[in-house]
Amino acid sequence: MQPLILRRADQSDADPRDGGAHHAPRTPRPPGHRPPRRDPAPSRIAYRLHRLWLTPSYRRLLRVGLPMAVVVGALGAYFGNPERRAEVVARYHQIQREIETRPEFMVNMVSIDGASPPLAQAIRQSLGLKLPVSSFDLDLVALRHKVEALDAVANADLEVGTGGALHVTIVQRKGAVVWRSGAGLEMLDPTGHRVAGLVDRDARADLPLIAGQGADAAVPQALALLKAAGPLRPRIRGLVRVGERRWNVVLDRDQVIELPETHPIEALERVLALDNAQKLLERGITVVDMRNEARPTVRLTPEAMEELRKMRQSEAGAKTL
Amino acid sequence: MTDLYQGQRMMRNMRKAAMQRGVIAILDVGTSKIGCLILRFDGPDHFREAEGIGPMAGQSSFRVIGAATTRSRGVRFGEIDAMQETERAIRTAVQAAQKMANVRVDHVIACFSGARPRSYGLAGEWALEEGAVSEQDVARVLAACEVPDIGQGREVLHAQPVNFALDHRSGLGDPRGQVGNRLACDMHLLSVDGAAIQNVLAAIKRCDLEVAGLASSAYVSGISSLVEDEQELGAACIDMGGGATGISVFIKKHMIYADSVRLGGDHVTSDISKGLQVPLAVAERIKTRHGGVIATGMDDREMIEIGGDSGDWEKDRRTASRAELIGIMRPRVEEILEEVRARLDAAGFEHLPSQQIVLTGGGSQIPGLDGLASRILGQRVRLGRPLRVQGLPQAATGPAFSSAVGLCLFAAHPQDEWWDFEMPLDRYPARSLKRALKWFKDNW
Repeated sequence: MQPLILRRADQSDADPRDGGAHHAPRTPRPPGHRPPRRDPAPSRIAYRLHRLWLTPSYRRLLRVGLPMAVVVGALGAYFGNPERRAEVVARYHQIQREIETRPEFMVNMVSIDGASPPLAQAIRQSLGLKLPVSSFDLDLVALRHKVEALDAVANADLEVGTGGALHVTIVQRKGAVVWRSGAGLEMLDPTGHRVAGLVDRDARADLPLIAGQGADAAVPQALALLKAAGPLRPRIRGLVRVGERRWNVVLDRDQVIELPETHPIEALERVLALDNAQKLLERGITVVDMRNEARPTVRLTPEAMEELRKMRQSEAGAKTL
Repeated sequence: MTDLYQGQRMMRNMRKAAMQRGVIAILDVGTSKIGCLILRFDGPDHFREAEGIGPMAGQSSFRVIGAATTRSRGVRFGEIDAMQETERAIRTAVQAAQKMANVRVDHVIACFSGARPRSYGLAGEWALEEGAVSEQDVARVLAACEVPDIGQGREVLHAQPVNFALDHRSGLGDPRGQVGNRLACDMHLLSVDGAAIQNVLAAIKRCDLEVAGLASSAYVSGISSLVEDEQELGAACIDMGGGATGISVFIKKHMIYADSVRLGGDHVTSDISKGLQVPLAVAERIKTRHGGVIATGMDDREMIEIGGDSGDWEKDRRTASRAELIGIMRPRVEEILEEVRARLDAAGFEHLPSQQIVLTGGGSQIPGLDGLASRILGQRVRLGRPLRVQGLPQAATGPAFSSAVGLCLFAAHPQDEWWDFEMPLDRYPARSLKRALKWFKDNW
């Protein structure tokens, strides 16, 4: 038996009030032959599963948790093996390597600007690049430190340019003085930084000579002294740092001007003034001692000393006579 | 009886739990169909502001989100006859409704029509100790009602206090807080066959569902198909089902009598089947398409093809006139209505102020039934359809669904029953706390 209300919907095709009997064209199958609506009962298992499926927590578990667990489990099972893990890592590195070593990223040559050929050679050696090399492998900061570690390089700019070239732009140090130390001859720049060693003084005869321990630390002062020397300049053979605190100006004819620790330029100017006025340095003097500002002292040559003694004797004799 | 009393209390708690979850299923176990509706409670007055309607006895608080019916199997006279068959049918209906609602239900409120209901009127009296009526006084007066001998193996399905009287004032709905000396109450008790209840409970339990309430289908179809003033002034609802016809009499919005006649639409069908020599399915079809109870001259000329697949041309091309069909159906329908008349007479229906009779249920759709019924039952007969509830599919709004719809209203807003009131203090088992403590000590 079927629910009445649901069967009523069928009534539209044949209304009983019109009397289906005397309407000639009836449906070919009599109405009683229509099979009843199929309404099979779900099995107990199907019913329970359906109810379980409608439970929100199970639903979430199945729709989110299960796929996640499967994916995580599969990955875990695959990567549980260290060999496979290493294989994947190696593959990754290989791909990375392949991209890095594409010709677009390769550096094929090094161009050095602003350096003399021997310095350029030295820079190439210090860079130590085995060309071609990928630009991903270049550590430009480290390379720059390497280049700037060279004494002759004041400043270096490195740049990977187009066409696979590494441009190195160099500002070279310029030698200002030659320093003779116990180790040998060295050329120093105006700040006192070493530029290069010299085998021979004559190689840079144009540069003034300084000597003494710690002279390299006072190169700016030495240059200022040389500049202040002015007319005395052609006679200066060099500057000697004494006790790492003060300068001696060594002139030709073995004359020495001993300058004080403080205000050496003013002291030198006083000597120049004396020389200008009294031709001090043309006399028989070996040392002009300006160390004590209040009491400039000169040391005479033995001949001059003899001459002076004779003069004093004659003066004394004249007096006694 | 205390067992069922406790059981009913538990069902009420279950109903509360279902309300909190917001989803409850309605199961109408009938002889011809098993219907399942799934209700969603969106909180009280959820729809009120949107549509500008009043509270309407709780029916605005829910919405039908799933509905399914299936052909009933294994149910005879509104009672479960073959448990496995019925369980399967319940499973079918519940699963289809769940599928439509896309939600899982665990709590179900069920109704059934048979099980030989019997009504009793109970009266109790209680002398008030203090001036005002307290909850305990109400509990005591309910406990003081003298319980009749309802018979061996019968259970109480409904026990509703119908009327309270305080001294000489009667007709009180809620006596609490009022001052008087003597509180009396009238209670309507509906007892049914205990075995039938146990069968229904077992069948539902086998579907993994929890029973959150049980009701008589005569009562719930009265709730849904009687309008408010009919319930107030007195009316009878005749629910003509497939295997049983339920009768419920209402006055002052309380059911005061319920009964069931073990005759229904299935008997009409079997009469047609026997009379026209056709299978039951064909007879059912002829009944619903061409059936009627009042013959006219036109009906003699209207021929119905009976059909058949015996292979015998003479037998398969038989026809019967509609008058013949009516001649078969009418005596049986008359018999049902006579039987109903006898039950109503026995209940004293003629003493009610208003004697409205409302015919509902699937059997009430026979054309011309109202004319026939008014001859037998009295002049004031109308055909009733259930109240409209939100979300109910169009296919489930017919009179065949009046008990399902009534059960929805019952679920949303149940009437207070005996077990909804407080228990008198002296009836509490005194040793229960001690026993609970002992149990704890023994087990931990």
